[in-house]
Amino acid sequence: MANKISDETIEYVGILAKLELSGEEKADARADMEKMLDYIDTLNELDTEGIEPMSHVFPVNNVFREDVASCIDGSEDTLANAPLKKENSFKVPKTIG
Amino acid sequence: MDITSLTAVELGKKIRAREISVVDAVTASLDQIERVEKDVHSFVSVDREGALERAARIQEQIDDGRITGPLAGVPVAVKDNMCTKDMTTTCSSRILENFKPTFTAEAVRRLEKAGAVIIGKTNMDEFAMGSTTETSYYGVTRNPWNLRHVPGGSSGGSCAAVAAEECPYALGSDTGGSIRQPSSFCGVVGIKPTYGTVSRYGLIAYGSSLDQIGPIAKDVTDCAAILEAIAAHDPKDSTSIDRRTYVHTTSGKVRSGGKEEVCPAGYDFTGALVDDVAGMRIGIPKDYFGKGLDAEVREKILEAVRTLEERGAVVEEFDLGLVQYAIPAYYVIASAEASSNLSRFDGVKYGYRTEDYEGLHNMYKKTRSEGFGAEVKRRIMLGSFVLSSGYYDAYYLKALRTKALIKQEFDRAFEKYDIIIAPAAPTTAPELGKSLSDPLKMYLGDIYTISVNLAGLPGISIPVGTDSKGLPVGMQIIGDCFEEKKIIRTAYTLEKTRTYERPEMINNMSKKKEPAIGRKGEDDQCMKGGRA
Repeated sequence: MANKISDETIEYVGILAKLELSGEEKADARADMEKMLDYIDTLNELDTEGIEPMSHVFPVNNVFREDVASCIDGSEDTLANAPLKKENSFKVPKTIG
Repeated sequence: MDITSLTAVELGKKIRAREISVVDAVTASLDQIERVEKDVHSFVSVDREGALERAARIQEQIDDGRITGPLAGVPVAVKDNMCTKDMTTTCSSRILENFKPTFTAEAVRRLEKAGAVIIGKTNMDEFAMGSTTETSYYGVTRNPWNLRHVPGGSSGGSCAAVAAEECPYALGSDTGGSIRQPSSFCGVVGIKPTYGTVSRYGLIAYGSSLDQIGPIAKDVTDCAAILEAIAAHDPKDSTSIDRRTYVHTTSGKVRSGGKEEVCPAGYDFTGALVDDVAGMRIGIPKDYFGKGLDAEVREKILEAVRTLEERGAVVEEFDLGLVQYAIPAYYVIASAEASSNLSRFDGVKYGYRTEDYEGLHNMYKKTRSEGFGAEVKRRIMLGSFVLSSGYYDAYYLKALRTKALIKQEFDRAFEKYDIIIAPAAPTTAPELGKSLSDPLKMYLGDIYTISVNLAGLPGISIPVGTDSKGLPVGMQIIGDCFEEKKIIRTAYTLEKTRTYERPEMINNMSKKKEPAIGRKGEDDQCMKGGRA
């Protein structure tokens, strides 16, 4: 079955992915995705009824530690990587109107 | 003496015996980098001054007996997706240009503790997404065996650097074959350990449930020694496993035959350097040797298998099953995880931010669209799609169910066999510029490596000769979970029947090495990791 991705879907996925694609990139993305999904659809040949989805190969358990307060101030080094900063904070465009 | 031709363990021995100083060892690597880097371009950045300073410090610690291990004083290159404090870490992406981590990845920290001297960060496919090292923002890496060919990927820089003797060993990471496939293309040895063996703390995540760090070197002995240095339980990585206490049956289940392992998996990898495979049961999956496999690659691997058989191994063909479903399942799972993991790159905390924007969301979108390359965007889009409501069950959960079935196929195989032998890749290294135009075709090249990541298994790639084009062929040995020792033992036994082959350009270079340092000036540009 050939997958068809609509303009709306590409638009919606762009929003989820936080990517702004040009017209040409959108066309490419759609073609790539349709081709990949056609290929991925071969998985439908497999009967997976009753099979538990396996996210990790080994049992993964929560790892707990004592909640001990420590005093490490790495803020200066951390902020050194920020594209924009103000005083002791990351600077971003206005978030609340 | 030709310092750069030594293996890491050989060099370490000479350093401890005071035959070679740490500064001399590091200088030898840095000089070799100057000689070959403009052709090969394995590195994104080389830290010459820092490396020489660290070398002097490590020498003092060796002299006063504080550091005694096999890797003390030996230079190392680290793939540029592992955080190194105060050293630029780019993931070969524009979006992390100038990013200086505030901490060092646990695997790298353990190497430093063992006295390793980091000389630089190696090139890779952007965010480890690719099989050729051609998607790097900082230019392609070339295969030292033939500069018109790719080194493989995504750890192409690490493997090319080892083959070109720019460093005795390197660290790589493997999500779908990214250590084993470039090791195969570059004629070096690389191990992808069992998932959970090496801490992922500080490894910039691509597909977290599949990513593992591993060693790349000239021989199996080095790889075992390096793995011993970097593998440890790390509470900072919730998927890290303590092999000192972890008692494994086949994937935690009692085998159908009822035989249960009672010894912990452990970390004694060098103890497996034993030249003997008598009685080792080797399975050859028929599906891995059929259509799509290059005839010369097949012949070289079967020749190596015959050698192991002559040494007493018991070889049998079998049907592995579900082979054709590994790649589609992988691309759903890895892309889904990538779309989530890469959401942290938003132009706020580190790296690149677009210049002109209107409001927060526009800033995010423009930053990411300009900062990521085409392959990364392709996978983020696919990953966002398969996780979106309405498609989650049909794609993401379906892929995770397929993964469970693939794991069961391997469980069944390891009831009968100690190890599985396969090619590392269907062909030898392709020419530069031939792979990226058809992504799906490139993905199919990962057919023999990807299922190993899905099942969490350990795998090693070792060179087994060259094809008629003079390019190396790599053989993959796959073990059951936590059975690194069996693959190391088999690889070591095979290696003992062979001699290490160097790329011709490196061979020629070392013949005329002494008087050949007349081109220093023109190499300065590539030392800065300039965009090619």
